[in-house]
Amino acid sequence: MKLVVNRYKCGYCGACVAVCKFDANELIETYLEIYDDKCTLCMACVKTCPMNALEVID
Amino acid sequence: MKDVDYDVIVVGAGPAGSISAKTCAEKGLDVLLIEKRQEIGVPVRCAEGVGKEIEMLVKIDKRFISAEIEKAKIITPNNATIELSADKAGNEVGYVLERKIFDRYLAKLASKAGAEVRVKTSAIGLERENGCVKLKIRSIGEVEEVKARIVIGADGIESKVAKWAGIDTTLKLDEIESCVQYLMTNIEFEENTTYFWIGKKFAPGGYIWLFPKGEDAANVGIGIMPKMSEKSAKILLDKFVRENFPDGNITEIVIGGVPVKGAIETAVADNVMLAGDSARHADPLTGGGIINGMRAGYLAGITAYEAIEAGDYSASFLRKYDERWKNDFGKTLERNKKIQEKLIKMDDETLNKLARSLEGKRIGEISVRKLVIELIKNHPKLLWDLKDILLS
Repeated sequence: MKLVVNRYKCGYCGACVAVCKFDANELIETYLEIYDDKCTLCMACVKTCPMNALEVID
Repeated sequence: MKDVDYDVIVVGAGPAGSISAKTCAEKGLDVLLIEKRQEIGVPVRCAEGVGKEIEMLVKIDKRFISAEIEKAKIITPNNATIELSADKAGNEVGYVLERKIFDRYLAKLASKAGAEVRVKTSAIGLERENGCVKLKIRSIGEVEEVKARIVIGADGIESKVAKWAGIDTTLKLDEIESCVQYLMTNIEFEENTTYFWIGKKFAPGGYIWLFPKGEDAANVGIGIMPKMSEKSAKILLDKFVRENFPDGNITEIVIGGVPVKGAIETAVADNVMLAGDSARHADPLTGGGIINGMRAGYLAGITAYEAIEAGDYSASFLRKYDERWKNDFGKTLERNKKIQEKLIKMDDETLNKLARSLEGKRIGEISVRKLVIELIKNHPKLLWDLKDILLS
């Protein structure tokens, strides 16, 4: 299981970064970086994303 | 040789950052203002509405005003409308800004005051050394280290400066509004009027807004609380737009998160102050953050100046800034957080009843606080629930 961002949907607003307790993501200018080693799949960012750009896949 | 490259580095050239940089520069400090985007003010992440009190913070220039606001309409789940209007016609109560121009205007003021401005420049790391700060920055691909006495983190909702400084500002799912907004044309609305659709039917834990941008375009947006909503902001806004503005066209999409945490305990650490969204300074009831951010920027700027005069950049000295913003707007943040918690819990039927009780009453002065007071007068039970807030 893995968190992925759909870059065609992402609006690089940073809301997902603000709710991440684990520092598992970072918004580099307009590019959302996800750090799999830190992500706990807690779903906070998935629920927060205004654009449904984040999802957990198998 | 100087021991530092700058007295102050401000990270983020939004309203909070530019006002901090301007304030520091006016006091004669060496200031660097960095912005990670290649264009200041873009992409916009804001509904752009501000109260008239912005006039106390910046001289109003027609170039960054999209519309003047004289009236607000609040629409409840059963489509009853409560109208709030200025006491006198022609008396604007607020403005809708053009943030793309406004933010650049403020950055220019910082530059004119003497601050050095660099765009496409991100802060990528912060370390403390001998009582100062080493900030690692990446400027158009080139990494360098710059030393400063104080860093002001005005780096928005996704603040990195806060994390590096050890200030935990992580938002829980009931402390953030997830927002999408469309700039729409070919829609009908009354000029100089803002609209708010409230209730779970429209926006669980938030509201839908329409803010005019001139006569033939408007920002139509939604904020929802992730904890309270199964559906995303975009899905709910699309449904609303289909039902209410089927002929409208979308010329811009704006996406953002708004912190609605209320006042945080501290916005300072050794050598570091946070201002604006990074410090969760937006109003939890309205979501408005521009004015608080600018006030915070000013207060951080004067505190930076005093700290540098005193040669003391410790957290204990910088707590003065905490005191200042808390005394200025922090109490309102706390009070409005409590009001917001009550309002978002109300079911739609209660909101409909409240609206009925207000029908035919003219509420002069557009303020949410005034509206809440009016609601409470009509609903003593609500008064009981809110007594601690109102008495504080």
